Amino acid sequence: MMDTTTMTMPTETTATQPVKMSAKTVKVFYGEKRALHGVNVDIYQNEVLAMIGPSGCGKSTFLRTLNRMNDTIDICRVEGQILLDGEDIYDPRLDVVQLRARVGMVFQKPNPFPKSIYENVIYGPKLHGLATRKDEFDAIVEQSLKRAGLWNEVKDRLHEPGTGLSGGQQQRLCIARAVAVSPEVILMDEPCSALDPIATAHIEELIDELRESFTIAIVTHNMQQAARVSQRTAFFHLGDLVEVGPTEEIFTNPRDERTQGYITGRYG
Amino acid sequence: MTEIAEPMQAAAPMSTSRHTGEAAMKRLRQRYAAERRFKIYGILAITFACAMLAILMFTLLKGGVSAFWQTEMRLEILIDPATIDPQGTGTPAGWDRGAFQTLVNDALYRDFPEVSGRLEKRDLRGLVSPVAGVFLGKVLDKNPALVGQTVELWLPTSDGINQIVKGGIDRDLPEAQRPINDQQLAWFSQLEQRGDVRTTFNSTFFTSSDSNYPELAGLLGAAVGTLLTMLVTVAISLPIGVAAAVYLEEFAPKNKLTDLIEVNINNLAAVPSIVFGLLGLAVFLNFFGMPRSAPLVGGLVLGLLVLPTIIIASRAALKAVPPSIREAALGMGASRLQAITHHVLPLAMPGIMTGTIIGMAHAVGETAPLLMIGMNAFVTQPPTGLLDSSSVLPVQIFIWADKPERGFVELTSAAILVLLAFLITMNGAAIWLRKKFERRW
Amino acid sequence: MSATFTVGLLLLLSAVGFWMGRTRAVTVAGGRIATLHSVPNYYGSFVALWAGLPALVLVLCWMALRGPVIDWLVLDGLTPEQVEIWARVMLPPNDLSALLANIAEETDALTETHRQLLLININNLAAGQAQYVNAAVVGAIQPAADHLNSLRNLANWTLFAAVAALSAGGLAFTWSRINPSLRARNNVERIVTWLLILCSTIAVFTTVGIVLSLLFESIRFFTKVPVTEFLFGLHWSPQTAIRADQVGSSGAFGAIPLFTGTLLIATIAMIVAAPVGLMSAIYLSEYAPKKVRGLVKPVLEILAGVPTVVYGFFAILTVAPFIRDMGAAVGLSISSQSALAAGIVMGVMIVPFVSSLADDVINAVPQSLRDGSLGLGATRSETIKQVVLPAALPGIVGAMLLAVSRAIGETMIVVMAAGLQANLTLNPLESVTTVTVQIKSILVGDQEFDSAKTLSVFALGLVLFLVTLVLNVVALRIVQKYREKYD
Repeated sequence: MMDTTTMTMPTETTATQPVKMSAKTVKVFYGEKRALHGVNVDIYQNEVLAMIGPSGCGKSTFLRTLNRMNDTIDICRVEGQILLDGEDIYDPRLDVVQLRARVGMVFQKPNPFPKSIYENVIYGPKLHGLATRKDEFDAIVEQSLKRAGLWNEVKDRLHEPGTGLSGGQQQRLCIARAVAVSPEVILMDEPCSALDPIATAHIEELIDELRESFTIAIVTHNMQQAARVSQRTAFFHLGDLVEVGPTEEIFTNPRDERTQGYITGRYG
Repeated sequence: MTEIAEPMQAAAPMSTSRHTGEAAMKRLRQRYAAERRFKIYGILAITFACAMLAILMFTLLKGGVSAFWQTEMRLEILIDPATIDPQGTGTPAGWDRGAFQTLVNDALYRDFPEVSGRLEKRDLRGLVSPVAGVFLGKVLDKNPALVGQTVELWLPTSDGINQIVKGGIDRDLPEAQRPINDQQLAWFSQLEQRGDVRTTFNSTFFTSSDSNYPELAGLLGAAVGTLLTMLVTVAISLPIGVAAAVYLEEFAPKNKLTDLIEVNINNLAAVPSIVFGLLGLAVFLNFFGMPRSAPLVGGLVLGLLVLPTIIIASRAALKAVPPSIREAALGMGASRLQAITHHVLPLAMPGIMTGTIIGMAHAVGETAPLLMIGMNAFVTQPPTGLLDSSSVLPVQIFIWADKPERGFVELTSAAILVLLAFLITMNGAAIWLRKKFERRW
Repeated sequence: MSATFTVGLLLLLSAVGFWMGRTRAVTVAGGRIATLHSVPNYYGSFVALWAGLPALVLVLCWMALRGPVIDWLVLDGLTPEQVEIWARVMLPPNDLSALLANIAEETDALTETHRQLLLININNLAAGQAQYVNAAVVGAIQPAADHLNSLRNLANWTLFAAVAALSAGGLAFTWSRINPSLRARNNVERIVTWLLILCSTIAVFTTVGIVLSLLFESIRFFTKVPVTEFLFGLHWSPQTAIRADQVGSSGAFGAIPLFTGTLLIATIAMIVAAPVGLMSAIYLSEYAPKKVRGLVKPVLEILAGVPTVVYGFFAILTVAPFIRDMGAAVGLSISSQSALAAGIVMGVMIVPFVSSLADDVINAVPQSLRDGSLGLGATRSETIKQVVLPAALPGIVGAMLLAVSRAIGETMIVVMAAGLQANLTLNPLESVTTVTVQIKSILVGDQEFDSAKTLSVFALGLVLFLVTLVLNVVALRIVQKYREKYD
């Protein structure tokens, strides 16, 4: 599968794929403080967009605006437009629960529910009524865990608590849980930052496979990771989107000197 | 990736319809209905709690505020030396205090000369407080020269009249349901028309102690008892509590013994208060032979009762002081005790005081353990020492709540209002203290 | 010489000791403070502690022991003739003949109850309150009263002298030992550390005191009434006669009706408090806008701070009549002391308790779990019901157990609003009584000192203590385990 990726020819992908999500002058405020100063970026269908930048640059904040997870923070306010298939997701008529079913999220720290592996996976499908019969649920669990590359490791202990897995397994369980809802977009907020290198490699492989069926936006601290998994990369700095473009270009020939400074390690 | 990831049944375009299709929208509406229901349960729960407090406060205010006023009637009293001083001693020591009431009654008979007959006279006497003589006595004590003169005095009416004037009892009720009969009401109306009735601030409520007559009953004795008891409680629980907290938080090694102490303190905080009362009865009264009803014993019992609260609050306050402060002091060559007394304790003090005030507020309202050690004494004089018989505010409330007269229902509510005002002030002080000294490290 | 004066002397000597110690330290240092091992204040404290502490211990021991010792001496000083004169007036005929027989054999004739009665008479007389004593016995016990006064006087003077000597001795001894190399600070700190340890064990001693006093008196009760009858008997009627010679007065001590009554009221209370407390905690922590939280939190705090006697008054004045009228409206006759009224008011009292415990527990559930659920497109209530509450379940169970323990031990509400009659029923509309009501009603008012009735209180107290102890230990352990899981 690795050889079918378009890492070497990123521009081709972006050109052929329709725009899945689009941010237009997105500004985010925490109380009086402005965390994002007007971000414009498109995310294309079936691509992996990586967001990099020094900590506190607003990349996680931006990611969380994409499925309105910022709604849970009282003082947070979002201006501008974010379109999902051309619809503004901040439109009051649009339903946030439905939005999150379409735009799933995987968090920095693995957060399996204190339930069995099986129940973790069917949690979303049950909520959204994606299945009703036991065999349907069984099928969803098997498929989702297979897609998350966890099936072989856990198929004999599906009814043991998900919190008993190792860190890497937990994170893959969380990915399986997100995948089970059949979202259109999956947002990943530094999904590997709490994991060891082997588990990280596992997840990175997985991301590449998931791209076949989903659109993925991933925030990462790790520039090598961005280079490995993404087709396009966006560089954030102090609440600004400095530049976005094919990953190859950003890493080899950045246009902005701030980007250059960051990827050459002058700060970060 | 060794596994074969089969394509999901739900490919991307299909998944769109899964979450936006008609069935999904219908399901979403149901889910939101459940969401609203759940939220309403929450609002109902909050409303219930708030409504209960509102009803409680409303009941107390409605029943209690009127107790701060007392109806009085004007009487012209001839202070006949022959009646009050039958032996002719000419000094207050020789007065027959029972006769003061006779003078009051005589004045009433003179006001209504048409009344004759034993039963009618008894009804007439029912207008004025049966202990009005005590008030007359107080006036004469202050000014003995009045003996032999005719003085015009405002004296409290009987409880029945008092309730009728203040609206506690409806005038229009059938006669049988009133403590005051029609004849009495007619006489009283005459007094009202003559302008001989007024309602004044009930200062007796704050200046006298318990009595069998509502017009004469006050909170002073119980308040002084509460004050003395709380002094003992603070004196016991604050030093011991802080010392225990300092040891457990700053010195104690982590071993079985300190574990035991810790578990024990947490459990002690949840032991029913009445059990502390039994402890007080068995140990302080029966074993050490301390006097019943004494503020000293009450204070000791309540001191033990709030000790766990104070220890737990003090430990939390000590824990909140960052270790860097201790390290800085130790680095300067201070001993551990010096580091604690000079630096950690002062910083923890606001937290400790907050915990102490909250503990004290709890103790002020405690009733059950004090009943066990006999602090339900009938005390007509404020206690003057730690070993005197005494009552306390909540016990006074309990005693009055048991009395059937309408006047005592009113006094009970009023006493509760005073107690609550006191408690809210204490808690307010604790909150203020916490806000003022709140520190984020 | 009153004890206050003695304690005053003790404080004075300590203060003097501090000053003397400090001054001497400065003197022996010859003005070069740096040559001292510790700063002068520590020398002062060292002397003050030695002047104060041993004498203070003496005062405390004396306070604890003087009562029983003096009582014993006074009674010992009475001649059998004096006791007989007193007994002929004060005791009922049956007791009297038993006593007279015993006096003849010169054994310890008085029963505990009579001993206490005699002592009360003597005490009243000694305090100059002869009006409270039967005039016919004054003559007989006047010598004892005088004896009591002289003993007290003697004891006070002895204490005063002993305290003065001990304090001055401690002062002089430590003062003479002051020299620059004396490690005053270390000495003082060692003493203070021991004092701290002592203070931290007071809580343990309190528990031990509770257990011992309850156990000791309970054992006395169980010699009169078998344990099995107490624990499994179905009939409770402790109204033994005031005097032992009255008939038909043995009393029944089967506590089952009290246990069921207590459980009934506690159950009603929990039916009110558990959902209301839990839902308000959920609403406040997960839904309420800041303003609402700022308004409702103080309301709950006030409810939590209202003394239980006030709730009791509320129950009898408002809730019980309301429930009775409601019942009458639908044709039900409800007792004005129904378990329902007491239980509901107790529930209201426990609401803030449950709510604040549940609030802590719910807030301990990590935000990441909520985010995970919301991120999958769950609504808030789905997140709460399916993720937060299951995750918080152990903590919530612990909180509920603590609340049950609270309900079982609550006294004033049931004393005022529940009945005295021990009915064995589970009907909430009837009147039931509880363990705490019985403890209160038996102990308040006239009491004998060693009748089964009075002693039964301690057996009830023991049961109450043990049940709440088990609930608390289990609950606290569950809550602690739960906290550790998410810390």
